[in-house]
Amino acid sequence: MGFDIALVLPELAMLLVVALLFAATVMTRKDSESFAGAGWLPLGALVVLAVSLASLHGKGELFSGTYRVDMLSQFFKAAIAAGFVFTSMIVRRNKLVPGNDRPDYLMLLAISAWGLMLMASAVDLITIYVAMEISSYSLYAAIPLRAQDRHAAEAGIKYIMFGALATALALYGYSWILAGQHTGLIMELAGKEWSWAQSPMACIGLLLFLCGLFFKLALFPFHFWCPDVYQGTSNETAAFAATMPKLGAAAVLVRLAALLTPDLEITHVIAAFTAVSMTLGNLSALTQKDLKRMLGYSSVAHAGYLGLGIVSGTAGGLGAAAFYALVYLLMNLACFWVVCQVTEDGKNPTYSSLNGLYKRSPMLAFVLAVAAFALVGLPPTAGFMGKLFLLTSAWGAGYQWLVIVAVLNTAIAIYYYLSLVRHAYTEEADEAEVRPTLGAGTKLAGAVMAVSILLLGVMASPVYRLAVQAGSGLLP
Amino acid sequence: MTSYPVLTTLIFVPLIAAFLLLVLPMQQQTVRRFTLWTGFIEIALSIPLLNHFNLSDGGFQFVEHMPWVPQWGLSYSLGLDGISLLMVLLSVLLLPLTVLCSWTYIGKRIKEFHFCLLLMTSACVGVFVAMDLVLFYVFWEAMLIPMYLLIAVWGGPEKKYASIKFFLYTLAGSTLLLAAIVALYYQGGTFSIPDLLTQHFPENFQIWVFLAMAIAFAIKVPMFPFHTWLPAAHVQAPSAGSVILASVLLKMGTYGFLRFCLPMCPDASQFFAPAMIAISVVSIIYGGLVALGQNDIKRIIAYSSVAHMGFVTLGIFLFNQQGAEGAVMVMLNHGIVTGALFMMVGVIYERSHSRELLENMGLGKYMPAFMGFFGLFALSSFGFPGLNSFVGEALVLIAAFAESTKIGLVVIPGALLAAAYMLRMGIKMAWGRPASPQGKGWADLNVREWAYLLPMAVLVIYIGLAPGLTLKVIGPSVDRMLQLYKSKTEHTAQVERNTTLRPDVLALAETQPTGKGE
Repeated sequence: MGFDIALVLPELAMLLVVALLFAATVMTRKDSESFAGAGWLPLGALVVLAVSLASLHGKGELFSGTYRVDMLSQFFKAAIAAGFVFTSMIVRRNKLVPGNDRPDYLMLLAISAWGLMLMASAVDLITIYVAMEISSYSLYAAIPLRAQDRHAAEAGIKYIMFGALATALALYGYSWILAGQHTGLIMELAGKEWSWAQSPMACIGLLLFLCGLFFKLALFPFHFWCPDVYQGTSNETAAFAATMPKLGAAAVLVRLAALLTPDLEITHVIAAFTAVSMTLGNLSALTQKDLKRMLGYSSVAHAGYLGLGIVSGTAGGLGAAAFYALVYLLMNLACFWVVCQVTEDGKNPTYSSLNGLYKRSPMLAFVLAVAAFALVGLPPTAGFMGKLFLLTSAWGAGYQWLVIVAVLNTAIAIYYYLSLVRHAYTEEADEAEVRPTLGAGTKLAGAVMAVSILLLGVMASPVYRLAVQAGSGLLP
Repeated sequence: MTSYPVLTTLIFVPLIAAFLLLVLPMQQQTVRRFTLWTGFIEIALSIPLLNHFNLSDGGFQFVEHMPWVPQWGLSYSLGLDGISLLMVLLSVLLLPLTVLCSWTYIGKRIKEFHFCLLLMTSACVGVFVAMDLVLFYVFWEAMLIPMYLLIAVWGGPEKKYASIKFFLYTLAGSTLLLAAIVALYYQGGTFSIPDLLTQHFPENFQIWVFLAMAIAFAIKVPMFPFHTWLPAAHVQAPSAGSVILASVLLKMGTYGFLRFCLPMCPDASQFFAPAMIAISVVSIIYGGLVALGQNDIKRIIAYSSVAHMGFVTLGIFLFNQQGAEGAVMVMLNHGIVTGALFMMVGVIYERSHSRELLENMGLGKYMPAFMGFFGLFALSSFGFPGLNSFVGEALVLIAAFAESTKIGLVVIPGALLAAAYMLRMGIKMAWGRPASPQGKGWADLNVREWAYLLPMAVLVIYIGLAPGLTLKVIGPSVDRMLQLYKSKTEHTAQVERNTTLRPDVLALAETQPTGKGE
């Protein structure tokens, strides 16, 4: 099979960005604080996005069938590129990373995004593993970079330890799957028997392998790192770590879902995990005061919602999961965008830092309100549409109980998301608090996110059609 | 039929106006004028509904249909029957009136306030005309956010507690409604309301769907055990917020019962009817008794709402023509009268800065016009013959007696209680001895206040004296909902009779041998 370079243009474009950043690391004098913060980076990210969108309909296989370019991979690559556009605008202003470290820091994050792109196309378990490690390792290094903050160091160590454990489990699981089914290619695995009675060994292996992904997604029981890391690391890094890796993990999970029919034991186990994840995440988020910690638990809950689409195992369900992953990226990123702008000095914001935001910065308050209501799943935001698709597909697959758990969770979750809006709109600021100053580009990014959340809610159909095409390519 | 999509226009004109309001730089007075004119335009745009509405057709009219998310069969489809027509007209009428009644009442964040009012109008119209379950849910939920903000930003001292309670209660209820909608989609294969209305679902399924929907609707109505958010929300909300809450929001719950529960879950409705009737009666009596014990004017009216809405649910679950027609009449009339009463409370609050009955006594001498209007609305509220509320309540009472004398007899004290608490309030406000010498310097109604009370008063007297046209509008649509209910329950009864016959025969066959054995 030939190597068609046209198929991997998005990856190459991303790699070019990484290479430019690498050049910047070499060119920057390490003793100076002069580095201005890569003003061109968002533009570079935009180019990557343009390339990804242009190659949305690419199709083909590379490297003996272990790397597949199809609708699903291209959908997720475009989503990752879009996410990188926003995150690059946020992270390049990270004041807590010393100026001379900043090119390295940005390069690490770009490599991580590149790894996620590879993950979207990987169809062999070991390829998935390698891609996952590429994206994880660079994040391990980026997390502790926060002006010598001890909590950031602690967060970094937690992230590495947890990550190492999860990936070790995944690798161990891979060996069991190989032993049980004699292949690592998802297409071939999909044809095998996955019931507990027929192939217990492979089932254990698959569950262990999934642990690695659950870690990335912060799904119960691999969620413990999530609030601690978000809280410890700098606001900007948290914005990246909270959103981007979820996309990669979701892409792989959607691929693996081709193996899981709704009546399998493994699917039941995953369904149970998603139920616990939603409930635990939402209940824990209720009591948080630190916004990033709250968002950490909220992402645990949202990992559970994504699971709804995975367990339903239909084209509609997988499409719903892919759609929700994109929506989740947007709404979570919008929240973190506000979090990063609210505090000037880079401290962790609490609910009370939002007081009087409607007066200080109507723009931030509005974006926050849209994002918060989207995270709850209130219409007319994209969060509602995504959730509706997920619930409908899970109900159709026979997971009625899971749907009931999910809707009841919405009722729990509303309280803490509403608190965001309440503090921003109804509470008055105590003293003359600073008015956040937003650059034109930052404003534009916020407006684009808010508008796309609303637009995807009102006109979900075109994007959802793409997502379903992505999902239906996988099922036999 | 008209040449342009009337219903879409009615939904989108306030929506577009709301966003114009946000974008255009405007002075405070300009914002108010702008919203007021939007309200007048909205009323003008709703005139085709009156002109072209076909009185003899009980089905959906002014139908619009457009695919929305074809993958899941979601569509943007709108339609209107007699029940929704009245509710739409009421929502549209309220927009300019609420703007007028907040003219001086609301002093801060004017732009956002009117933004919320416009969004509310859009969502209210949307709920009553949505012909797709998901679209219905979208409007249903979309209304929560502006209403929450109305209470939380412009509310009284306890606004934080009241607004969160309102939001949590209603959202918790409607989450299950979403589950019910998803379930209906799988059972019926569509989200389209007219299609689902004609289907007959298995009884077991109906019971679960009914329960899920009934909780959502009962919270919104609110029915007795779920009513506690209402007094809190009403008392704290600004008067425009209370008016919309009482006049339109509460009606969505009863609208849901009539539109969804009865025709889609007929067997379950029949099964749960005794419980629903009992809860309605409890709501009537309990609401009345508690209203009698209040000293806060808004609280009295809030609890009277609980009682009046009890009449509506009672009328619906009696399953006969008079009951259902009466229920829709009470919905409309309660919207007019209670809305007007809340406006009056706003008027007096602007003068006395207190909602306590004790602080607002003896107004008859100084504010004759105010007391005149207040007396009219209070009389109507307890069902004085010749005024609008009488028509609906009389119909519900007739239906109750027709159904069973016992129910009728239990409800009668409820109607008496309404007279007791309304007269107590009215007498004290008109002739009571003022607790303090304040109140003498208060000006009577000004032109603006006349302007928004007069339309309500005209409606009170018009519907009271000539309810014929309104009943004609309601009649065919209510009839159609009841026909759907009746044909399905009769079918079930038929099937049950057939199936129960056979076990009888079997049982007979089984007993005979043993009988022989003995």
